Order: sequence, then structure tokens, then C-alpha cells
Amino acid sequence: MNELVFFINNVVIAGSVTGSIYAIGAVGVTLIFSIMRFAHFAHGDMMTFGAFMVLLLTTLFPQAGAAIGVPTPLIMLPLAIVLTAALAVGIDRAFYKPLRAHGVKPIVMVIGSLGVTLMLQGLIRLFAGTGGESLYVDDRKEIFRLALPIEGVRVPVVVTEPQLYLFVLTIVCVVGLHFFLSRSRLGKAMRAMSDNPALAQASGINTNTIVAVTWVIAGGLAAIAGTLLSLDVTFKPDLSFFLLLPIFAAAIVGGVGHPYGAIAGGFVVGFAETLAVFNWSVLLRPFRDSLPDWLAQAGNLAFVGTEYKIVVPFFILVAILVWRPTGIFKGKVI
Amino acid sequence: MPLLDARDVHGGYGGMNILNGVNMAIEADEIGVMLGPNGAGKSTMLKAVFGLLHVNQGEILLRGEPIQNLPPNKLVQKGMGFVPQEYNVFPSLTVKENLQMGAYLKPANVKRMLKRVYEFFPPLYDKRHQPAGELSGGQRQMVAMGRALMPEPDLLLLDEPTAGLSPLYMNEIFERVKEVNAAGVGILMVEQNAKQALAIADKGFVLAAGQNRFTDTGAALLADPEVAKSFLGG
Amino acid sequence: MSTTRTDTVAAPRRFPLREVILFVALLVAVLGVYGVMGAAYSTRMLVEAACYAILALGLTIQWGYAGQFNAGVMGFVALGGFCAMFFSVPVNEAFWGSELPGELGVVLAYIVGAVLLVVGASRLDRLGVPKRLRTLITVVLAVVLYLVVISAFRDVAGQIEDQAGFIGGLGLPAWVGWIIGGALAGGVGYFIGHVCLGLRSDYLAIATIGIAEIIKAFLKNSDWLTRGTATYSQLPWPVPGPAEVGFTLARALYFSVTAVMIAVIFFLLHRAYHAPWGRMIRAIRDNEISAAAMGKDINKRRLEIFVLGCILMGIGGAVLASFNSLFDPQGYLPLNHTFLVLVMVILGGPGNNLGTIFGALAVYVIWLMSEPLALFVMELVVNFGEGAFGWEAPASLDSRALQARVFVIGLLITLVLRFAPKGLLPEKVKHVD
Repeated sequence: MNELVFFINNVVIAGSVTGSIYAIGAVGVTLIFSIMRFAHFAHGDMMTFGAFMVLLLTTLFPQAGAAIGVPTPLIMLPLAIVLTAALAVGIDRAFYKPLRAHGVKPIVMVIGSLGVTLMLQGLIRLFAGTGGESLYVDDRKEIFRLALPIEGVRVPVVVTEPQLYLFVLTIVCVVGLHFFLSRSRLGKAMRAMSDNPALAQASGINTNTIVAVTWVIAGGLAAIAGTLLSLDVTFKPDLSFFLLLPIFAAAIVGGVGHPYGAIAGGFVVGFAETLAVFNWSVLLRPFRDSLPDWLAQAGNLAFVGTEYKIVVPFFILVAILVWRPTGIFKGKVI
Repeated sequence: MPLLDARDVHGGYGGMNILNGVNMAIEADEIGVMLGPNGAGKSTMLKAVFGLLHVNQGEILLRGEPIQNLPPNKLVQKGMGFVPQEYNVFPSLTVKENLQMGAYLKPANVKRMLKRVYEFFPPLYDKRHQPAGELSGGQRQMVAMGRALMPEPDLLLLDEPTAGLSPLYMNEIFERVKEVNAAGVGILMVEQNAKQALAIADKGFVLAAGQNRFTDTGAALLADPEVAKSFLGG
Repeated sequence: MSTTRTDTVAAPRRFPLREVILFVALLVAVLGVYGVMGAAYSTRMLVEAACYAILALGLTIQWGYAGQFNAGVMGFVALGGFCAMFFSVPVNEAFWGSELPGELGVVLAYIVGAVLLVVGASRLDRLGVPKRLRTLITVVLAVVLYLVVISAFRDVAGQIEDQAGFIGGLGLPAWVGWIIGGALAGGVGYFIGHVCLGLRSDYLAIATIGIAEIIKAFLKNSDWLTRGTATYSQLPWPVPGPAEVGFTLARALYFSVTAVMIAVIFFLLHRAYHAPWGRMIRAIRDNEISAAAMGKDINKRRLEIFVLGCILMGIGGAVLASFNSLFDPQGYLPLNHTFLVLVMVILGGPGNNLGTIFGALAVYVIWLMSEPLALFVMELVVNFGEGAFGWEAPASLDSRALQARVFVIGLLITLVLRFAPKGLLPEKVKHVD
């Protein structure tokens, strides 16, 4: 049983954590894809920017959270969301809109977004330095150990405070997004524009507004994902390149342009990563006596070492591009 | 004052003029039909009216007010609806959501107009929760017309509404067009099925090479032997 | 980019004023660097710029000729660098003298056997096995065999690291590594291109970014093969080294080698560009649908051009590693080895080989000079801050100043895309008014 708890800690919880972050990131990417038809490479840096804003605000007002008993970074998150959304809209106005107005091919937009990536990276590193920093400036990271009421189980299930916040916020985001897209006038207009931009315009939908709303949502989600990731581990300015591949893989797995698919894709990629680096020999340990020697002796049965984690989303990406370029779900894909 | 009055319209894409002086006038409550061979500029004229094409000479008046080169969303506000020939629905939105999008600029209309559109097109009511992309061609055309009717336009522009439909649906669509018109909406449509279209038309405009060849009432054009010889297939 | 091109209308011959002015300005800049920084430093700069020119030519045919955006130049450069190291450094007796090569060979044989087994299983449906069952068998077999083989492999790799450090090189001349580096990069490019080139153009960019990070991760962590983070220095040169003839002369000799390579590549590309093959490539880029309608095999042509570009990147990376005499997997950075090359291409003129070479040289000179400049500016800012506000500067300021260059590169990319999308020397030479 101890092995099972170990599995829960290392795969179920860790996979849900990574999956949530990828899912929130991939939703933003897929929304941008569906409205503006290009792969937004600066998304990872918008996440970093959001986390950096939280770090900045928390450093400025470290005691803000203590008043209501919540970690300060979480108090600062809404503000960071607003700032990141504003940044996203500003970047669009300054860099993407002129390119769109010229009617360039999507791939030129991609290159433009790489330029934006570098600018953001340069700015963040200029101000934040290159090292890692904890977002818990003045708070303590609570760790919950839940002992299971089963005999012989000594290992507790371990969940940290930021992970709980992450799960709650992920659910809030997903539910909120669902209601926004299916009930609100703007959300429906957004889906309409993703379906058929010309007809959306002919119906009187102001496409500039929809583009701005898309950036606000994508930027806000990016701030959430980046902050929660940095809460869970630490804030690192060079986070973005390692986030980019899994997030795009998630968006493509779910079918580009499908927000719900992106959520599912995020969890697929997140769990695939944790399952791939999990050392399966742990689970074999209870059956040691009944196994053949070579298997019982195997010390490390992980598929890939943690240093090769990035291979997993890449493998998923290649597999999906080879077998089902439209993603695992049926339906229209952009 | 005519509902729509186009005078000597010239326009085209990228410096190449396709329209070389088109004139047409429709009163409120009338059906106008544009006919002509391929490449005569029928659909182009429709797009010019709806602001999708640059008009570089002449003017287009809606109730006396010049509207040429206004963006489509402004024209929707001024009471114009447009149903493109292809890609005229939002495939992943449900029928109801498609119709709601039509009234995007007039949210107050939604409830009342939904009811009216369902009255015009009863099949849509049963399928209102289905994605429009799953409907048949004829039903999709109904969704498209319904969407354009949602903001209560005074003038509805239809680009070949019966293209690619089976004869059964074709008749149905013509019936609906008549009904919509009877409800007080002026209609300007491009049609390939000339005889059927002229039969319901108050005004007919036969275009060739971007200019009017014949302009008369629908019945007169239908009876004109020259029109019949060259455009109605004898 | 407009779809109608006046490609076939030959511009009247004219004096290439723009080219001459730009290259003269470049020459003046280079001479200026010679005057200020000395001959040894400046010649090194020239050689490195020449290596970058080879990389940039690889990217310009992918992006400029064919509209394919490769965002993982770094990976192909690193592969080339690895080959330059692996083929040219001396044989490691500690490895070859032991029984380890045999064990490594056995494991490699296992890998080949496992791959064959899995491929065989994936063909089981031809023997009448239902497709679902076949897929299940294949997947299970692949997972199990993979775990077995990778375990054995980790074992041997660990032993090699313990007993011999790493497997060492093959002791061959440098140019062998350069050629094979190009071939290896081309092979990886073939794989990526085969997967992505029929799909949306964005997917290629995503996949190449991924493969570049994977190649780097592999080279960095495979200590048994590359010494990983310990790096390997003293890669031999194909020309007499600094120890024999002095820095400046040795570097000048190396530069002449790279210059000849660039000349050859330039000539061959020029021929290909104006040959039917080049016209076809451009036709596909400009109007894919009509090219397909004319019966061109689009994906095959695209694959050819993509692989060709990757080969050039591999060669350029190999030449660069040999010149630096150092193979450091961690030293491969997206900024230095992908985006810098991208700036060279889009600034110089995508699809214009001469423009690309100009872009490579000019951008590299600016890049190198920007380092002292950034530090200088930062110092000014700090002094001003201290004087005016009593601001105390953080300690890591030097490394942060260099980050400002990241910002500038990014800004440059967006500005060029917006204001000079065809570069300083556009692909089609038209009259400038």
C-alpha cells in the first residue's frame, strides 16, 4: 500500500499539477490560434511576466496577505492578471496589429511573436536577474500530510498549499470559461469569429473588440498559470522555453481552436510527463518474490530521466501530427 | 424615395474594375433580382452594396442616404442584411446561437425576432440546439437567412440562395423569400434560376460585363423574347 | 506578401549601388574593429561571422526560398558541433582498450533488434491479426522492450563514464566531422520535415523548437558520449593552429577555409536558384495551390529544401565548433544560435544569398560590439543612478546588462518584420526610387 501512496503522490498529484498548468496555458494558446490564426510563441513569457508581477507586488507589500490569512502572492494575483492582460492587449496593438493590417502570412506572425518573446525575456531578466526566486516572500508554504486510515500505510499523501489553490483555480477557470463561451454574448461572438471571421463581421460583430477580449482572457490565464507554477516551485525567468513545447503539444492534442480540447490535452501531456519519469520499479516492489530475477533487480524503470522530460511532449506532438493532426477529438479544427 | 438606389456604380478588386456603371433602384417591399452570365458582376454588385468591395465611382443610396464604402457592421446598423452564397453559417454554433449572432448589434431584438424567424422557418425550431454545421444544405440556407433577418433589416441581400440545392428545397426557399418580402422586407438577390426568380421579382436587372443590359419589371423581362433568347435559355 | 509577383520580368541591368554601399560600410566597420581591437581578435570575429554566414545561408533557403520557418537552428548547429568533436578528437584508449566497446556494441545490437521486433509487430495485421490486437501487441511490446533496452543502455553508459570518462573520438581529420555533421543534421531535418511539412506552417516552428531542445538535452546529459557539462576542448583544426603559426595567421588561414566554403555554397545555391528546381521552389512558396495544380510534388520539394538547409546548418555548426576548439553542449543557446541567425536572415534579405551573407557579417559585428557597449551603457546608468538618487545597483548587473541585448534582438525582429519585411537587400532586385 505504501507503494500506492507513493504512486498517488508522484503521479496523480504531480500529474494533476502539471496538467492544470499546461491546460490553462494551452487554452490561451488555442484561443489566440482560433481568433488570430497563429501560434503565439510569446505565451510562455506572458506566463513568466504574470508571475513576475506577482513577485514584484509581493516584494513591495509582503504583509498584505496576513491580514486575511491568505498568502500574499494570491492576493496579488488579480492585480497581476489585470497587468498581464493589459500587457497582452498592448503587445497586440504595438506589434501584432500592424502585421495583421499588412495581411501577412501566419508564419510571419509567429516570427513576430518570437521577437516579442525575446523582448519580454530580456526585460524580465533585466529587472529580475537570471536566478530563481520564491514567491513566498513573507509567508510560509503550508504542506498538508494526509495519513490514510489504512493499516500498514506509513507514507502520507502530501499536498502543498499552492497545489490546492491551483486545483481550485483550475476548476474555477474551466467552469468560468465554459459559461463565458456558451452563455455570454461576447463568448458566443468569439466562437462565431473563430468559425467564420467574414460572416462575424457581416453580422456586425466588432472583430477588434473580440481580438482584444481574446488577449485579455489569454493574458489573464497566462498570469494565473505562471503564478501558480511559480508558487508550486520557484519563479524562474527562463521558464518559458520549457513551457512552450508542452503547451503547444497540449493545444494540438486537443485539436487547435478547441478550448475544451486544450484542457484535456493539457492533462494528457501533464500525466504523460509524470508517468514517463515515474520509476515503475517502485510499484513492482511488493511483488518482488514472484518476479523473474532480471525484472526484480532492475533499479530504474523510468521511461525517461527527468533531464529528458522535454522528450515526452515532443513525442506526443510528433505522434499526434503523424496519426491525427486534427487532435484526439472529432470536430472542426482550424 | 427608393429603398435602394444605385447610380452608375464602378468598382472592383485591386485596380481592375468589374463594375462599369451599374444602375438599380428598388422600392421598399419590392423584390429585385440580378441576372446575367457568369462574370457579369452580379455577386460583385451585391458585395459592393454591402461594403465588401471598394466603389470608386458612382453612389449607392439607402433611403436617400449615401452608403457606398461604409463598413458592413455600419450597414447592418442602418438596416441591411447580407446572406453570402458560401460559408454563410457558423458551423460549430447551434442554430439558435447562429440566429443570436445575427442580432449581435440589437440584443433587445433577440427574443421577439427568434420567434418570428422560427415562424418563417419552422424546421429550424426543432433543430435549434444542433450545431449548424450538421444541417442539410437547405436548412443551412434557412439559418443563414434567419440570421440576416434577426436585426430586422429593411433590405435583405441574398447571393444565390438556391445554389446547389435540390429542386424541392429550391421551391421552398423561393416561397420563404416571398413570405419574408410580404412581411415588409425589401430584397435584392442574385439568382441562377432566372425563370423562377423573375416570376417572384418586382424588378429585374440583367447585367453583362458589369453594366445593365436590361432593366424592367420581372414580368416584363420574363416576357421579353430577347431576354429569353440570350439569358433564359430559349 | 502579395501573391502576384513580377518574377519573370527581368529588371534591366544596373549598377548594384545598394549592395556596394552596404558592403563598403561593412568593410569600414570591420576595419574599424581591426583598428580598435587588434588583428587577432578581429580575425576571430571574421571567422565566427563566416561560420554564422553558413548557418544563415541554411536558414535563408528554408525561409527565403521556401517559406519554411525553422525555429530550432540551435539543434542542428549543436549536432554539427558534436560531429566535429566526435570525429576529430583523439581516440580514447581507456575506452577502446577495455571490454566496454563490446558491451556497447551488444546494447546497440539489442536496440536494433528491439526496433526490428516492434516494426515486425506493427506489420502483424498482414498475417491476419486484427488491427486492434496488432496495435495493442505493438504498443505493449514497444514499452516492454524499450524499458529493457534502456535499462541495459543506462548500465553500459554508466560503466563507460566510471571507467573511461567518455568514449572519445575517432581521431579523423576535422573535415570528416564537418561532412558527417551536415549529414546527421540533414537526417534529423528529414525526420522533422517528413512529419511536419504537409501541415500548417506553424507546426514546423513548434517541432523544430522542440527538437533543438531535445538535441541539446541529449548532448548535455550523455556524459558517456560528449562529456556533457564537463565539455571537451582542444578540437583539432584542419589548418595549422595558433601554437604553430601564431594567432592571427592561424585564424586567417581558418578564415580562408571558411571563405572558400561560403563561395562554393554561394555559387551552388545561385545555380540552383536560377535552375528549374529553384523556380519550382519559389513557385510553391508563392502560390502553393497553383503549383500543386500544375502537378508539382510539393511535399517532396519542400522536404528537399528543408533538408538542404539543415545540412548547411550542421556544417556551419561543425566548422564553428572546430574553430572554437570547444564542444560545450550547454553553450548552445536559442538566442545565440537560433535568433541571431534569424535576425541575420530577415535583416539581410530572406532569399537573397548576398543579402544574407551581408546580414550575417553585419549582425555578427554589431552583436560582438554590443557586449562592451551594453556594459558601458549600464555603467553610465548606474553612475547616474548613484549620483542622482543614491540608488544602489544590484550586484549581478553585468549579466543583466547583457540581457538588454536579448531585448534589442527581439525588438529588431519585430521592427524589421514591420518596416522592412524584405530586408536590406530584398530578394528581387528592383529599382529603388
